Amino acid sequence: MLHIKCPHCGMRSQNEFAYGGDATVKRPELNKEVSDQDWDNFIYNRKSLRGKHKELWHHISGCRQWIKVERDTATHEIFKTVKANEEI
Amino acid sequence: MQKYSIFSLIKNAFSNHQNWDLAWKDPTPKKEYDVVIIGGGGHGLATAYYLAKEHNITNVAIIEKGWIGGGNVGRNTTIIRSNFMYDENALFSEFGMDLWRKMSQDLNYNVMFSPRGIINLAHSDAQMNIYARRGNSMRLNGIDAVLLNREEVKEIIPMADFSDNVRFPIFGALMQPSAGTARHDAVAWGYARQADSMGVDIIQNCEVTGFDIVGGKIEGVRTSRGDIKVKKIGLCVAGSTNILAEKLNMTLPVEAHLLQACVSEPVKPVLDNVVTFGAGHFYISQSDKGEMVMGGDLDGYNSYAQRGNLPTLQHVLTEGIAMMPFLSKLKMLRTWGGIMDMSMDGSPIIDKTHIEGLYLNCGWCYGGFKAIPASGWTFAHTIAQDRVHKLNEGYSLSRFNTGHLLDEKGLGTKTWIS
Repeated sequence: MLHIKCPHCGMRSQNEFAYGGDATVKRPELNKEVSDQDWDNFIYNRKSLRGKHKELWHHISGCRQWIKVERDTATHEIFKTVKANEEI
Repeated sequence: MQKYSIFSLIKNAFSNHQNWDLAWKDPTPKKEYDVVIIGGGGHGLATAYYLAKEHNITNVAIIEKGWIGGGNVGRNTTIIRSNFMYDENALFSEFGMDLWRKMSQDLNYNVMFSPRGIINLAHSDAQMNIYARRGNSMRLNGIDAVLLNREEVKEIIPMADFSDNVRFPIFGALMQPSAGTARHDAVAWGYARQADSMGVDIIQNCEVTGFDIVGGKIEGVRTSRGDIKVKKIGLCVAGSTNILAEKLNMTLPVEAHLLQACVSEPVKPVLDNVVTFGAGHFYISQSDKGEMVMGGDLDGYNSYAQRGNLPTLQHVLTEGIAMMPFLSKLKMLRTWGGIMDMSMDGSPIIDKTHIEGLYLNCGWCYGGFKAIPASGWTFAHTIAQDRVHKLNEGYSLSRFNTGHLLDEKGLGTKTWIS
């Protein structure tokens, strides 16, 4: 069982959260010409490496806020959690 | 190579089975090969075998970081099926079904292929309609499919919950009678033994540390056991795809995710088929030893830990008990996890890449085991001929760019969502 410290609610069990994927992916800027490659990188292409991984989680059965989590993909150790609008 | 038969078995019985040949050798890597396959799992071993058998390319090495049979080929739930709706998936998988049927003879190794049929349960009228459509699509592609009503399902799996007050009543099912299971270790060992006998070097405990690429062409691969010169590399490393892609400076439409499976204590024969729960994600079959083999959802977050986490297991088994209440009486014997290469449309990639001499085989998601022969066969063709075969045309890497996705499950890009 993962224990995730929600920056709004405190330490909660993994059961309260839904996973949201890589948090470093940025949507290309609106109303600007986007190359196919940039769009593919946003939609499909992922690094997904072994080790530290910055990711989004949704505290869906709690405060319903999106948060950012830094977690190790090999050990599942969680290093840091911040609010969605903060840099991790 | 020693042929396995009743006669060799009797002969070796006289010497207390002390004189059997090793199934495959343990060579040190040579300085140069025609083709190097990275990843000694089912797909890698099958690729090497078909390179030798179909294309006469035998100066081949398989490089495996761990040991043969230690990765996903030893961690799956051994289900073999071709019950797909899209032509690309259906024709590819049905080609594989033919190879499965012939495999034990072909490899001179009993892979215990057991075409016991797969039953996908439906729990609503709408789901029955969808299954009727999928079944019709399958039959148009020459794959056997039977739509069963509730009474027919009850005949086949009476131990499922047919009571009146269940949350997900069984309306019927789609069955592929020719689907089934096989002995997963035997598949790995059988391919390894035959590939080895035709001259393929199986190099275990050898990690790839880097690639030599000159002018956009593969020149060699660097490993923990020395550098190897080679012009063609086949990459089929399943859950480690992202790690090797990083070394190649590539970013792929694939993520590494954790999938668990488990077996119960062995019990007397109770379940003749493979059965899947239609209102969630749970599948079950009974092994020849009597264990109930079960699996379901991914843990749902990027992971390289080859072990699972309890909440997902609990969720999956809750679905199992809802479908077959007797499962609650069984003790769990083992649980384990493997790393899936989840592609962004749920379908695999078998293709050339922008690097000349580098061929890619990945993105198998939940369905790597059943695809072993067809994947090996088409990947060997792609490597040997330097062009994709008609069967794996749909599994191109460029489809993510052109929009020709093969989203069989309709999940969109977040195939890991459960």
